[in-house]
Amino acid sequence: MSDPATIAALESPGAAASAPLLEISGLSVMLEVNGTKRPVLRDVSLTVRPGEAVGLVGESGSGKTMTARAIDRLLPRGAEVQGSIRFGGSEVGALSGAGLRQYRNQVAMIFQDPRAHTNPVRRIGDFMTEALRTNLAVPAAEARRRAVDMLTQVGIDDGERRLRQYPHQMSGGMLQRIMIAAALLTKPRLLLADEPTTALDVTTQAEVMAILDDLRRGFGLAMLFITHDLELAAAICDRTAVMYAGQVVEVRTSALLHSDPLHPYTAALAAARPDITQTAHRLRAIPGRPLSAFEAPPGECAFAPRCPHAKDVCRTAVPGLVNLDGGMSRCARAHELRSHLGDAPHD
Amino acid sequence: MTETNGAQVLRAAGLRKEFGELVAVDDVSFEIPPGQSLAIVGESGSGKTTIARMIVGLERPTHGTITVCGHDRSRPARSTRDRRRRGREVQIVFQDPYTSLDPRQSAEDTIDEVLRLHHGWPADRRRARTAELVDLVGLDTRQSRALPRSLSGGQRQRVAIARALAAEPAVLILDESVAALDVSIQAQVLNLLADIRDETHVSYVLISHDLAVVRQLTDEAIVLHRGKMVERGRTARVLDHPQHPYTQRLRASVPRPGWKPSRRDQPGGGEGNSVP
Amino acid sequence: MSTGIPTAIDAPRFRALTSVRATGLIGIVSAAVVAAATFVAVFGPLLAPYDPNLPNLSLAWIGPTGGHLLGFDVQGRDVLSRLLVGAQTSMLGPLVVVLVSMISGVLFAVVAAWRRGTADAVISSGLDILFAFPGILLAVLATAVFGAGLLAAAIALSLAYMPYVARVLRGAAFRERSQPYVAALEVQGASATSICLRHLIPNMLPLIVAQATILFGYAMVDLAAISFLGLGVQPPRADWGVMISENQTGIVQGYPLPALAAGVCIVAVVIAVNVLGERLFERAQAARG
Repeated sequence: MSDPATIAALESPGAAASAPLLEISGLSVMLEVNGTKRPVLRDVSLTVRPGEAVGLVGESGSGKTMTARAIDRLLPRGAEVQGSIRFGGSEVGALSGAGLRQYRNQVAMIFQDPRAHTNPVRRIGDFMTEALRTNLAVPAAEARRRAVDMLTQVGIDDGERRLRQYPHQMSGGMLQRIMIAAALLTKPRLLLADEPTTALDVTTQAEVMAILDDLRRGFGLAMLFITHDLELAAAICDRTAVMYAGQVVEVRTSALLHSDPLHPYTAALAAARPDITQTAHRLRAIPGRPLSAFEAPPGECAFAPRCPHAKDVCRTAVPGLVNLDGGMSRCARAHELRSHLGDAPHD
Repeated sequence: MTETNGAQVLRAAGLRKEFGELVAVDDVSFEIPPGQSLAIVGESGSGKTTIARMIVGLERPTHGTITVCGHDRSRPARSTRDRRRRGREVQIVFQDPYTSLDPRQSAEDTIDEVLRLHHGWPADRRRARTAELVDLVGLDTRQSRALPRSLSGGQRQRVAIARALAAEPAVLILDESVAALDVSIQAQVLNLLADIRDETHVSYVLISHDLAVVRQLTDEAIVLHRGKMVERGRTARVLDHPQHPYTQRLRASVPRPGWKPSRRDQPGGGEGNSVP
Repeated sequence: MSTGIPTAIDAPRFRALTSVRATGLIGIVSAAVVAAATFVAVFGPLLAPYDPNLPNLSLAWIGPTGGHLLGFDVQGRDVLSRLLVGAQTSMLGPLVVVLVSMISGVLFAVVAAWRRGTADAVISSGLDILFAFPGILLAVLATAVFGAGLLAAAIALSLAYMPYVARVLRGAAFRERSQPYVAALEVQGASATSICLRHLIPNMLPLIVAQATILFGYAMVDLAAISFLGLGVQPPRADWGVMISENQTGIVQGYPLPALAAGVCIVAVVIAVNVLGERLFERAQAARG
């Protein structure tokens, strides 16, 4: 049950300026699938500072979407959660009622498929102003004014007309821009963007990414940007975390992700992409396939079976996260492999 | 391998497709010489999928002609024999690995059905050929006997590729066939496609919005925008020195190390989007 | 008497019991009931201890005594024997209705979905017209044409059910037809018939099975109702529906057993078939993955 002190702590913006805004430590989640409990996240730790954009990159089964759901308290029924998620110093898992609603105003989620998350029989205006009117008690006319204003910010000039339209009258790109505008209306402190541009054309994606980046900086918002595309995350995020088999395996300043990665998986992922500037005889494919947390071999590094640098030390225990050059790596040989993983990986 | 009668393996001339008022494809022409692969690049609404469907016969062109291996296929096939022959000329691998296989059929049975369709072979010859194809696409026996639901996306695409190759086509259309795959799996499948091409000399028609994949797999490229062809040429040239503004914009929108997106709607936007 | 014609979407779900073992037990019991009913339907006349058709008014309404486990009915005939023999028409009738309506319904649904466009419009309109006729009305018409009896009733009901089956299955047929795997087979050059028989229909199996079992239950009740009205199976032939009709006066006179026994048989088989149908549905779904 939330007490006034918790709510006050969430509301006061300047309370912890340099302390992390979002702090995930040791997060482990088990889900029930067909009667058996399976791990989907293992000991995930991540921080997002106020105003900072952090990318979360991974393939299928990495746990990136599950992490976002855990942050937004949207895990399926029967999920077992261990570890902590703290937002503005308060434990998210302990929130309920008014505190939880307050939290949801502060953490805005942008989903991959805007059509799946909008009610097709309601107008855009109703949908956009709903949170303002119900949760923040803003009068309808004022709410609409703010909505039109925000639509201009995302590059939609005829906002008044758009508010009266229905979702099916918009293209995917426009709808996603509206979703971004809607998310920003409640003046959140953190944006959770879960693959927001994956379903869009590449030119639309560039446009939407630019708007997201622009507005985020303008409002000084923190962002956790989830994607499978390493280059995309690096484009607008200050730091990027890479996930594999339900764990964070690397956290790195985005600019150094390609030139100086700290984990073999990151290097392999970057190397596996075809190069738009030249044709390779064959791509540097990673053997095997990406594993989920429950498929990962116990008691060893989850990536070891596929890793070109794996040695015995990698198979004796699950490696812990080590700090290295301002970043983090979950590689047992991280120090040894330093600067051997860059743009031309070799052993 | 089906014999190529004319100089070109595939030739499309003046293709046009109308859906009522909407013109999905407007006067598109291209050729593929034997042993070469072509990319059809575009975003949604460009008409690229419609062209793919017209080539395999799932749609009928409103105007224009399509010729494969010297045979015209602009009009629907008139007989079962004709349909089967066309099946031996052009095959297709679809984008979604989760719906492009019959959920009740194993890979072995799927391939066997195709072999029975095209050849009057006895069971053991079909079994041998099935095993060859399964091996060619990098699957093992257990996977070939499993139902699709036990296979991952990448494995299902391999099955779809094997099914297409069972007909021994001269042209294989890859309709965004790697777009739904994880990056690491995508690399494996792209390598596989290159290996297959080396071994069978099939010509690929790659429908894709992903320019890096296009670069990796094709020799020539055409760029479509709203049904019209705006650029064509060698893939390397089109990607390194795009001439048409739309191609340039497409090229500039591709995320890469050091890339920063910028807004077109704001004045002064554009510092990161130039072509390197 | 049922007024609404059922569709698979209206299927009652028997998930009231929460424990896995209990539901497993129900499945076994249902299978046993259906098996027993089928066995009796086939061997009924051989199993009947007494002549089901020999009236003896002096024995009317006498309760269970001696070798007569369920007593005597309104005309002094052995109730148990009549139940055993009556199973034949009571089970056969619905079976025929289900077979005819399902096969024709599947046919129309698949043809409409495969050819789309004009063919679909024509078929759908034709079925809509057939929709307009209630089952009972068709039964009256059929009786006028074919004479009273099980055949007329079965034909009438088949015609009444067929549009519903086709409508429900048309959705599933369309869905499967538009899947890429069907397109892949078309591109291979496979014929429409082979694609529909080998791929389309097997993938609709869960829905077909579910619809068939629900239809069986409703057909049984509807046919009993039609016989009750005097249009279907004609007395003195033994048939569960006829038995309810013949013995209904017994209920108010204090001799409910004959009518009730027939009613219980109908209800038991309908429930058992529905439960079994659900199990088969799940099995078929699992096969698809």
